[in-house]
Amino acid sequence: MSTEALDASAPSSPIVKKSLGNSTFARVAKYTAIRLVTLMITVTIGVYLTILIANMGGYVDTIMRNEIRDNTTQSILANPNFRNLSPEAKQELIQKKIASEEKRLGLDQPFAVRSMRYLTNALTLNLGRAIHMTSDHGSKEVRLILLERLPATLLLTGSSELILFFGSVFLALTLSRKYGSFWDKLTIAFSPTSAAPPWFYGIFFILIFAAVLRILPFGGLVDSPPPDNTFDYGLNILKHLILPAMSVIVSSIFLSIYNWRTFFLIYSSEDYVEMAKAKGLPPRAVERRYILRPTMPTIITNFALLVITLWTGFTITETVFLWPGLGITLYRAIGFYDTPVIVGGTIIYAYLLAITVFLLDFVYALVDPRVKVGSGSSQ
Amino acid sequence: MTAFKNTFRDLLRYPTAICGSLIIIFLLGVAVYALVTIPYSEAVRLWRGGEEVWYQNPKYAPPAWFNFFLAKKDPVSFLVNTTDGGMTKVTTPSSDPEISTEEIGYSFDFTYDSPPQEMILYFDTKYAEKIPFASVRWITPDGRTIRIVDTQIEHKTAYRFSQDARLQKRLKTEDVMQALFTDPNSSTGAVLKGQYQLVITGTTFEKDSDVNVQFVFHGDLFGLAGTDKYRRDLLLPLLYGTPIALAFGLLAALGTSLLTMVIAAIGTWYGGWIDELIQRVTEVNLVLPFLAILIMVGTFYSRSIWLILGVTILLSIFSGQIETYRAIFLQSKESSYIEAARAYGSSNLRIIFQYLIPRMIPLLIPALVSSIPSFVFLEASLAVLGLGDPVLPTWGKVIENAFADGALYQGRYYWVLEPAVLLMITGLGFAMLGFALDRIFNPRLRDI
Repeated sequence: MSTEALDASAPSSPIVKKSLGNSTFARVAKYTAIRLVTLMITVTIGVYLTILIANMGGYVDTIMRNEIRDNTTQSILANPNFRNLSPEAKQELIQKKIASEEKRLGLDQPFAVRSMRYLTNALTLNLGRAIHMTSDHGSKEVRLILLERLPATLLLTGSSELILFFGSVFLALTLSRKYGSFWDKLTIAFSPTSAAPPWFYGIFFILIFAAVLRILPFGGLVDSPPPDNTFDYGLNILKHLILPAMSVIVSSIFLSIYNWRTFFLIYSSEDYVEMAKAKGLPPRAVERRYILRPTMPTIITNFALLVITLWTGFTITETVFLWPGLGITLYRAIGFYDTPVIVGGTIIYAYLLAITVFLLDFVYALVDPRVKVGSGSSQ
Repeated sequence: MTAFKNTFRDLLRYPTAICGSLIIIFLLGVAVYALVTIPYSEAVRLWRGGEEVWYQNPKYAPPAWFNFFLAKKDPVSFLVNTTDGGMTKVTTPSSDPEISTEEIGYSFDFTYDSPPQEMILYFDTKYAEKIPFASVRWITPDGRTIRIVDTQIEHKTAYRFSQDARLQKRLKTEDVMQALFTDPNSSTGAVLKGQYQLVITGTTFEKDSDVNVQFVFHGDLFGLAGTDKYRRDLLLPLLYGTPIALAFGLLAALGTSLLTMVIAAIGTWYGGWIDELIQRVTEVNLVLPFLAILIMVGTFYSRSIWLILGVTILLSIFSGQIETYRAIFLQSKESSYIEAARAYGSSNLRIIFQYLIPRMIPLLIPALVSSIPSFVFLEASLAVLGLGDPVLPTWGKVIENAFADGALYQGRYYWVLEPAVLLMITGLGFAMLGFALDRIFNPRLRDI
């Protein structure tokens, strides 16, 4: 804090400034490193807990054993060198191989040791192979199955959340200007509708726009068969995106407008806003510099919480809209009891959340002049 | 007590609060009614019983009140029984004491514009050796008498009108229902409205022999809520889903907010490593994917609603809410009344539970009420994912069944809309009340 005071009082001294720049960089780097390490620890603990939950029924062990049995059996049956062996001899060979393979992978070790191996495998996204599911390219690697689905999920979350975020801030600002108007009252009246999750609105949207009006598709990512050229393909995806994105947006927009409008109103009754108005500043400038700036951190926090809840809530929305994202993959995995995919999906979620939390720290520092990256943690 | 009264008076000033409270009272009434009239075992039996429980109902029948909105009225299903006096039954003994005649009749007004899907007679006869005999006649409003069947009735026999090949032959058509309900002289094949009569003449050849009949009329519409793919009456899950949804929502909200508050209070009061630990746990919990863990628990262990409830509470305790409470507790920890309590030597637990937490109740109540809908929807969400309680009839389960059967694609909107509307009403009721409470307990919001 003291260095900043120095910076403000002696802006003409270039030497002080240079050393300051270095120290800021070092501080940010140190802060980033610490934050990354704490987040990694958090993710590690989270994933380890997940493994514990998933392993209590012995499921992870079963996955491993099944995998070994499949692999050894296949490799021995496919090997031309063993073709002349009698079935009994082959069986014996298979059993021996399985036993040695289990020993190699440590399945004969106690769970405490083994769980560490599962943890490292999970953290390095070495998620093993699915039991029943395959990716669209025919691979059984859980990592590929999940990575293949990630773009669709990001398309849906990204588009809907950006619209939601900027749309509600903009509308809330407009409403706070016209406080007490008809639209303002209407928004307040509608804010309890946000109690329902996106999939719930999805049902109604499918009913209205797909089943009755028949102008938008019921679900899915593209038509079948998909259009040939890239432009039409993109348009087609957009058409399929409308309903799920609209469900996500509608399910939270009224409450977020209401919350932010309330914040803006509270802040616009502060003395310094009155002062700015008295000075004769144009309303836009008052809004930008004296209302929006101080409320930004609160908005960002709300946004972060929204992102986190939406990421978890998307499983069902994707399921309802047959949107081929991570959520529906998880849902299918439940149907198949395909444990490796479920555990893998969990780990991807944990990573996504950790990345969000990490990025938010920096966004927060960018918007709030009182928060400096690195200085907060030392206090 | 006066504080309570004041709150109540404040509440009356908000139309949303009154509306929300009325909805909640209505739902509580439905819940109590459902629990009192349908015992748990009966609910499970009716929901999971199988064909022999549901056979009396038509498949995919929308609710009967659809007729209000239809220009052409569809027939509504019903069933009548001789055992409960729904059908008239007159026994006439003959000169031979062994032989007697049973005249079973039922007449009903048919005012709909299309014939029913099917009519079925379920005979239940009692005899030792000599099988009773029955002849069934159908009397139309214009006075024609149609011979349906003359047959021996073994112990339990079902007779389906439209599957009787001989009757089809006699009526010279495959569509028996059409033939029985239309005017033969009309060129358009319009349905003949008026009083139809079913007459069954049973003859028994033993002293204690008896014939009982159940007449099942499968129309296009059924009851107050309609039926699903498996012929189940949807009224049951709609009614019985209410107490389940309310119990889940209330218990989860209550458990979560109370435990969160107690943990935040303990953390701030003792400080040090306890506080640090709680904050770390909160951080880890943030990274743990809530829904995925619930899904895993549901898949690996049990889908019992009570286990899911427990896990939900456990995962929701260490949420961002704990930070909010912490900030407030840190402030009130320094207040003079806590100072005073400490000075006269009250114990730590006494300070936490008697002084710190009670002061937070006003903050707790709106948060608690507002969080109920999200838990109610969570239960439905899990059911929609196929992780609902396997035995309990719930709203989410109905939506899941409807989706699995493509109800929206096939235009069976009532199947999805009925539970969805109930869910929406529940969510709205609690959200509206919580919203008003928030404004009452948060004076800063009151004027805005």
